[in-house]
Amino acid sequence: MSRARANSPRAHAYPPPHKKVINVVMLTLTGLCALLVVSVLLFILGYLVWNGARSLSWNFFTKLPVPAGQTGGGMANAIVGSAKLLLLASAIGVPIGVLGGVYLAEFGKGWFSFAVRYTTDLLNGVPSIVIGIFVYTLIVIPQHHFSTLAGGVALGIMMIPIALRSTDEFLRAVPNTLREGGLALGASKAQTVVTVIIPAAMQGIVTGIMLNLARVAGETAPLLFTAFGNQFWSSGWNGPTASLPVVIFNYAISPYEDWHRQAWAAGFVLLSGIFLTNIVARLLVSGRRSTSRS
Amino acid sequence: MGVDIKVEDLNAWYGTVHTLKGVSLHIPANQVTALIGPSGCGKSTFVRCLNRMHETSRGARVEGSVHVGGEDIYSGISPVEVRRKVGMVFQRPNPFPTMSIYENVASGVRLNGSPPKAELDTLVEQCLRNAALWDEVKDVYRKRSGAGISGGQQQRLCIARALAVDPEVLLMDEPASALDPISTGKIEDLIFELKTQYTIVIVTHNMQQAARVAEKTGFFLMGNLVEFDATQKIFTAPSDKRTEDYITGRFG
Repeated sequence: MSRARANSPRAHAYPPPHKKVINVVMLTLTGLCALLVVSVLLFILGYLVWNGARSLSWNFFTKLPVPAGQTGGGMANAIVGSAKLLLLASAIGVPIGVLGGVYLAEFGKGWFSFAVRYTTDLLNGVPSIVIGIFVYTLIVIPQHHFSTLAGGVALGIMMIPIALRSTDEFLRAVPNTLREGGLALGASKAQTVVTVIIPAAMQGIVTGIMLNLARVAGETAPLLFTAFGNQFWSSGWNGPTASLPVVIFNYAISPYEDWHRQAWAAGFVLLSGIFLTNIVARLLVSGRRSTSRS
Repeated sequence: MGVDIKVEDLNAWYGTVHTLKGVSLHIPANQVTALIGPSGCGKSTFVRCLNRMHETSRGARVEGSVHVGGEDIYSGISPVEVRRKVGMVFQRPNPFPTMSIYENVASGVRLNGSPPKAELDTLVEQCLRNAALWDEVKDVYRKRSGAGISGGQQQRLCIARALAVDPEVLLMDEPASALDPISTGKIEDLIFELKTQYTIVIVTHNMQQAARVAEKTGFFLMGNLVEFDATQKIFTAPSDKRTEDYITGRFG
């Protein structure tokens, strides 16, 4: 059968030669585009790792910054400051976003959920510096001082729309047959959502939160006039605090070679921190799943 | 034990589409009743009205009365209670993917509280045995995910899960249509075993299947119940011309 086909003239007619050429050309083009995108990314990453890792030292993690002009010192306060800001931001953004997403995907209907989705998308599009001004007016002005609290709230507000929409999307991607399976067992809607639907979407929800956290971890604009900055340790939540993005901004525009070096190191630390959190979270989620799968 | 189901003048809508038009019938206890008919004839909607799943669809509406074991399931009783009396198995196996096989079977029971572990263990094993799945999964059922077994096994797992809440009626909406012939055979054997304890209503596109498993058969067409009688009679001497046309393959 196959021999007969190979010998017949029609075997050469398909696919026609010009289609093969088009195929090769298009494949090469898409491949080149992919390579271009990836190489830009790799270039940035490589440059950051090269400059950042070279400039890292133990002091960077343990010492406070030194006054301008002196060399040495570190950014211990900014690392802790960023961690505190992100903790506070997650404490605000994650519960509101996730619960809101659960409401939208599972319970909401009609004009109200349309309004919530629409305003959430609007909030997502608000420039981060505007959110900074908003929190400045809301918290900094009444308190008469910058604070970790204000910075955390600003980042938290930025997290809400993404957490909400990604939770909403991942829950809606759970097949409806699982919802029916839960209901048919005599579970209430709420029981089905908690015991079946949310666990099924958990991996996606956590990934969404991680990406979200990674995004706000690098935000500088809303911190400039909320958390401000600090050369020293900031205790508690009520004083101005240093944070990695703001320090990178200040050090990078400074005239000092040593500060440039430290800004690279800070960028590298920020990236590594995001990367590590991401890996740990994914391991936690997939570990929990694989115990029931293997 | 199974109970009988009396349906009187049942009407159902999806939005403005009238999918079920004044259906009345009496489904006997501890027998298998098959519902046949072409796609979109309302047979799935009909069984979904028997455990009040129909109303969970957006825009869905039901009128009429359904008595399960003498109790009107549309008045004075919550849908949640109805669904514990009337279990359901769907067309596509839908085990909960984040739960183990054990947890899948236990899930319905755990909704009602947490029985002692030993009691739950016994129940889970019993249900897996009743669903003819025990021998195939007994070494892995505590660890492996409910989604980590074959489609036929998943469907029997769904049957085990439905049995665990101790229903009186078991509704099966084309339970074998997504399965290969061997798995289908196992499900049919299982239906034969289960009817001693439960009243079974099965929707099927496969007329041979209806003839094999069911004592009674109902033929639906465009939202109407055209004919309801002993399976033997429906397939050999139907009294309605439309039933005969469908059975002999003239349409549908």
